[in-house]
Amino acid sequence: MAVIEATDLRRTYRTTTGVIRRRPLEVEAVRGISFTVEQGELFGLLGPNGAGKTTTIKMLITLLLPTSGGARVLGMDVVDEAREVRKRIGYVFGGDRGLYERLSARDNLRYFAELYGVSGKAQRNRIDEVLELVGLKGREQERVEGYSRGMRQRLHIARGILHDPEVVFLDEPTIGVDPVGARELRQTIADLIAAGKTVLLTTHYMFEADALCDRIAVIAKGEIVGEGTPAALKAGVAEGRVTEIEVFGVDDGVLSRLRVVDGVTAVTVEERDQKQLLVVQCAADRELTAPLLAQLDGFEVGRVTSREPTLEDAYVALVGAGE
Amino acid sequence: MRTLRLIESGFRMNLKMLGTSSFFLLTSVVQPIIFATVAFYMFRSGGRNGTLLYASLGAGMMGVWSTTLFGSGGMIQWQRWQGTLELGAAAPPAMALIYLPFSLANAFTGMYAMAATLVWGRLVFGIPLHFAHPWLFALSLPATVVALGLMGLVLASTFILYRHANALSNLLEYPVWIASGLVFSTSLLPQWTRPISWCLPPYWGVLAIRHAALGGDVWGPLGMVIVLGLASLAISSVTFRWFEHAARARATLSLT
Repeated sequence: MAVIEATDLRRTYRTTTGVIRRRPLEVEAVRGISFTVEQGELFGLLGPNGAGKTTTIKMLITLLLPTSGGARVLGMDVVDEAREVRKRIGYVFGGDRGLYERLSARDNLRYFAELYGVSGKAQRNRIDEVLELVGLKGREQERVEGYSRGMRQRLHIARGILHDPEVVFLDEPTIGVDPVGARELRQTIADLIAAGKTVLLTTHYMFEADALCDRIAVIAKGEIVGEGTPAALKAGVAEGRVTEIEVFGVDDGVLSRLRVVDGVTAVTVEERDQKQLLVVQCAADRELTAPLLAQLDGFEVGRVTSREPTLEDAYVALVGAGE
Repeated sequence: MRTLRLIESGFRMNLKMLGTSSFFLLTSVVQPIIFATVAFYMFRSGGRNGTLLYASLGAGMMGVWSTTLFGSGGMIQWQRWQGTLELGAAAPPAMALIYLPFSLANAFTGMYAMAATLVWGRLVFGIPLHFAHPWLFALSLPATVVALGLMGLVLASTFILYRHANALSNLLEYPVWIASGLVFSTSLLPQWTRPISWCLPPYWGVLAIRHAALGGDVWGPLGMVIVLGLASLAISSVTFRWFEHAARARATLSLT
């Protein structure tokens, strides 16, 4: 049985626009997504800002009601059995907020231990255990308002796993954390999986998803546009090689010409100060450097490199196709 | 047992947080003294019969109500700003149970307002502190404070759904002072306001406290305080459930 099961999940936000004559406005944040996460799996949700990742997580952790469709966590309906779901899941939101700033880390954890019914006897040991796990031991008596972002993030994780939940939802847990701190957090996430937890993770960082996730769903504009293992996503979307060409001042017309070169599967552009980087995904069995450069005749061309496709290439191609 | 532990934990935690807020401490310390001073001068210049202790108790209750009102009003909004409102909503216990100790802690700090008013009156205005029924006074005051805390809980529940509802708390301070007879007797108000007064725990609370201090029937008003307190608890448990469900549908638990 799947631990997390989303079936045609939809969520529409209703708001108003205008100052004097207010008109109703509907925003479809999640448009019928379906996926399953198995026991002990680390499942990643990847997508740009506003793609619907956080809305999806909020529906799964019972904070938002779906507009239609449904979801079950550990076999329980997230709407009808919300309280039971809450007892058995943990969740962590990225960012600075979500902690009692004027209290110490230990006081925060003690309060959340009460909220989640961690018994008095077990509480002290469990708090020490999670503080040790996230590397905050020795700093737990300090007020949270004096914590760095990385420390706050680690405290968020400690809070999320305090009651030893079976399923953990992590919404961009490493956002804004320095590289060393992020690496330690990734190790903590890997430890959760090693301990048998099921984890649903959202992140912007491709290497993080590539390194941690067993399976990934790429979400764009509220829809899943690709799903599979990182290797399958890379292979499925960007079969073959990627050619990167530094150029100066190319326009859309040139890009259109490049896209129809025989063997080219996708072309994206990254603006880099004065220059542009063309990322061209090509079929594996074709050498396309010469025909590509032929299309760029008359433009100043810099470095040309060829490499294996990365998850980021797959992500860009999937999100680009979804838009 | 677990419920009691949760209430005790939330109560202690909120007191700790309030104790670290210099704004809260400053207003809590200064406001009752201002209320007391104004009330004493009003009472004296009004030339009304009765003791100054009557005005002193009313002024003390004004402080208790203000602390409860702003504490409850600010509680949900502050939790929303801090990002902890969603954590409470996503936790297994009922939201009313989570915020009950917060509201009680807010009201409890209002007891200071009563104590400060009485001490200020004694030291500056020489008001003797002789209570007709000291034990009943000791019972009426905490009962009233708890009832006010429970009334604050009803208000707090509305703030879950309406992000700017705490603006209401600014509007409710004076009318409740007046309708409850904290500033002057409700006999001076129009007849049609009576039912409003009867529905307010502070009206019965100040009556019980004044009767305990100055003489008169305590048990009747005290009974009403308890009944209205329990009614507030029942109403808040329902409204918290409703508003939490509506907030999950409308997505008003967070700022974004």
